[in-house]
Amino acid sequence: MQLSERHHEYWRKNLRLTAVLLAIWFVVTFVVIYFAPQLNNIVILGFPFAFYMGAQGALIIYVLIIWFYQHRMNQLDKEYGVHEGDE
Amino acid sequence: MTALTQSQFYQQLKKYYTFYTGGFILFVIALAILEQMGLPPKWVGYIFLGATIALYAGIGIMSKTADVSEYYVAGRRVPALFNGMATGADWMSAASFIGMAGTLYLAGYDGLAFVMGWTGGYVLVALFLAPYLRKFGQFTIPDFLGTRYGGNLPRTIGVIAAIICSFTYVVAQIYGVGIITARLTGLEFQVGVFVGLAGILVCSFLGGMRAVTWTQVAQYIILIIAYMIPVVWLSVSHTGNPIPQVVYGQVLQQVTQLENEFNNPDTAKGAAEASARAAHRAKQESLEAKIAALDAAVADGTGAAFFEAQRTEAGNPADFPATIDALKEQWKKGAEGAKKASGPVSAHATAFAGKGAEAKARANPDATEADIAAARAEDQAETDKKRRNFIALVLCLMVGTASLPHILMRYYTTPSVRDARKSVFWSLFFIFLLYFTAPALAVLVKFEVYNNLVGSSFATLPAWVANWSAVDATLMKIVDVNLDGIVQLAEITIGGDLIVLATPEIAGLPYVISGMVAAGGLAAALSTADGLLLTIANALSHDVYYKMIDPKASTVRRLAISKGLLLVVALFAAYTASLKPGDILFLVGAAFSLAASAFFPALVLGVFWRRANYLGAVIGMLAGLVVCMYYMVITYPFFGGVPENQWFGIAPISAGIFGMPVGFIGVIVGSLISRAPSQEIQQLVDHVRYPSLEGDIDTRAA
Repeated sequence: MQLSERHHEYWRKNLRLTAVLLAIWFVVTFVVIYFAPQLNNIVILGFPFAFYMGAQGALIIYVLIIWFYQHRMNQLDKEYGVHEGDE
Repeated sequence: MTALTQSQFYQQLKKYYTFYTGGFILFVIALAILEQMGLPPKWVGYIFLGATIALYAGIGIMSKTADVSEYYVAGRRVPALFNGMATGADWMSAASFIGMAGTLYLAGYDGLAFVMGWTGGYVLVALFLAPYLRKFGQFTIPDFLGTRYGGNLPRTIGVIAAIICSFTYVVAQIYGVGIITARLTGLEFQVGVFVGLAGILVCSFLGGMRAVTWTQVAQYIILIIAYMIPVVWLSVSHTGNPIPQVVYGQVLQQVTQLENEFNNPDTAKGAAEASARAAHRAKQESLEAKIAALDAAVADGTGAAFFEAQRTEAGNPADFPATIDALKEQWKKGAEGAKKASGPVSAHATAFAGKGAEAKARANPDATEADIAAARAEDQAETDKKRRNFIALVLCLMVGTASLPHILMRYYTTPSVRDARKSVFWSLFFIFLLYFTAPALAVLVKFEVYNNLVGSSFATLPAWVANWSAVDATLMKIVDVNLDGIVQLAEITIGGDLIVLATPEIAGLPYVISGMVAAGGLAAALSTADGLLLTIANALSHDVYYKMIDPKASTVRRLAISKGLLLVVALFAAYTASLKPGDILFLVGAAFSLAASAFFPALVLGVFWRRANYLGAVIGMLAGLVVCMYYMVITYPFFGGVPENQWFGIAPISAGIFGMPVGFIGVIVGSLISRAPSQEIQQLVDHVRYPSLEGDIDTRAA
């Protein structure tokens, strides 16, 4: 079948969303790890920052990333008419 | 139940599992009352083991099925929330449940690689795989490879890689089941393995994925309750705050303060530690002198006489080593242990600590500026190496998570692409509950040990310490090395698994909670083992038998073959586990690196790069797998490798850091040097990218 311009736009938006979320994932994981010894000098509520990110912060952000992705994609599906029918 | 609509089905499930959760809590309360009335702990253990396995068996029998789609993908109508719970149980193994908090206790920040690696991988599952695989909608991961890349070779490589990763992993789970069963009931380990195996098979044998899904939901509920109750109680009793994840920041500060005291010989605590460390150092030196004397005697040819003299001197005990080599090995181990215990305490929250060479050089009055600079460079090199390994491990665990077939398979079971996306969110949410509690538990227990155990007198040890050191010396060993009658940190040896197992007692809870924790560990191990066994059996029965050997096989025959293989694989895995293979933890880690190298590039490029084709997939998967295995073989002692062969000092467990890029390059180069994939395959790519298209092809399996 032939894909329309709308379809391509949907896919481009998906790619952009994926790239942005992946960048956030990369920063909260690897950038924080790389600078962990320095970031640990910042202490919030008793937690050294890099320790906090590894033990909780990054995990919370992962959950939010996935929540946002499913929310936004399910919206995009409807906007571009590629959603599945209801049961 | 087939007549129900999806939303009625969902309501009904919610009702069932709410009743079930309430029932489980009542069951625990009833047992607690019985315990108060004098039921012996051993019986509490038996009842927990019997009742939970009977429960899983009941669900397994109720879910029996003769329908192919029910057997392989639970009829594709598992609501997102419940698939999330099932994935959580599938994912969290005995290692997560029992071992994670212990690893964090022992390694501090450096142990967080596992916490991040085993959760962040779900971001990759959500963004790159789950929705697309769900749209593709068949039964196994090799199915996708076989269809997308056209041909049996990619499918076969997929089957082999799936079996390699899943089998090493399932052996570790069955091993865990054996240990927990043995602990809960006092049976022999080998008997425990086969009792546990029965528990695994009753869930999966009759109903395949359908039965496994509904038992995994039940197992998740038990394991999360079992994990949370003791931690919350511990937090309330020690800090007055019922939310351990919030309050442990302050506890961590106190721990850090105590660590500083222990390492400062000018304080009272530090001086006591210094004396205990000195005793360890003396022991290390005496053992090293003995080893030297033994070597000298062997060189003179008087080794045998020396050995006999040692035996007589030791009072001729029955457990004296039988040979000179064994004696030397024992001394060496003792010297290493003493050396470790004689070092300073490492700080819990410090990332990538160096060797402490600079501090040592500064303490030495003869050290010149150049010596100190050299020591500092040595510390920096150690820090850099730890950081490199930490990053490599996190990446391998994450990508491995997103490549393990038993996890990806779960996203075939949701009713729609939309639900698959939602389901990844629920999966990570349910996993997150346990993983963000584990670091809190580690710190709370550490505070208990540093603050209450250290400094107490050997005559009046806390009850939990006395109990556990009597039960199992590998978990808790405490020796008054400097003979002052007071416990110092350097005198305590703790095995990682102790942390979770002993928490109920530290928190002052009755034995029934300990039984519940063991049942939770059992649920974690059983659920993971079920998912893995099903993956292996399905790869063999569906991909090898049905797709390649006999595509005309009848439904009855396919299911019979599948169940037969499940039984064979399970028995073989249990047999392997009963041999107690020593390097089991390494093998589990290796499964992640292997999966990451073999599957991830071909799966992701298969969706995101239209041009990827047959030759690319074959080259990429093989090259990734081979590089990863080659690196393990040349660097890991178990396979005859030596650490000197390491590239950039990367540990063999993170071999995937080399396998993954090679896999990606392989797929890209292989695809570019051969023709673009056919029109049908390009249509397939469009098909998986859009949840619904007009005039679309249909790849769903019946």
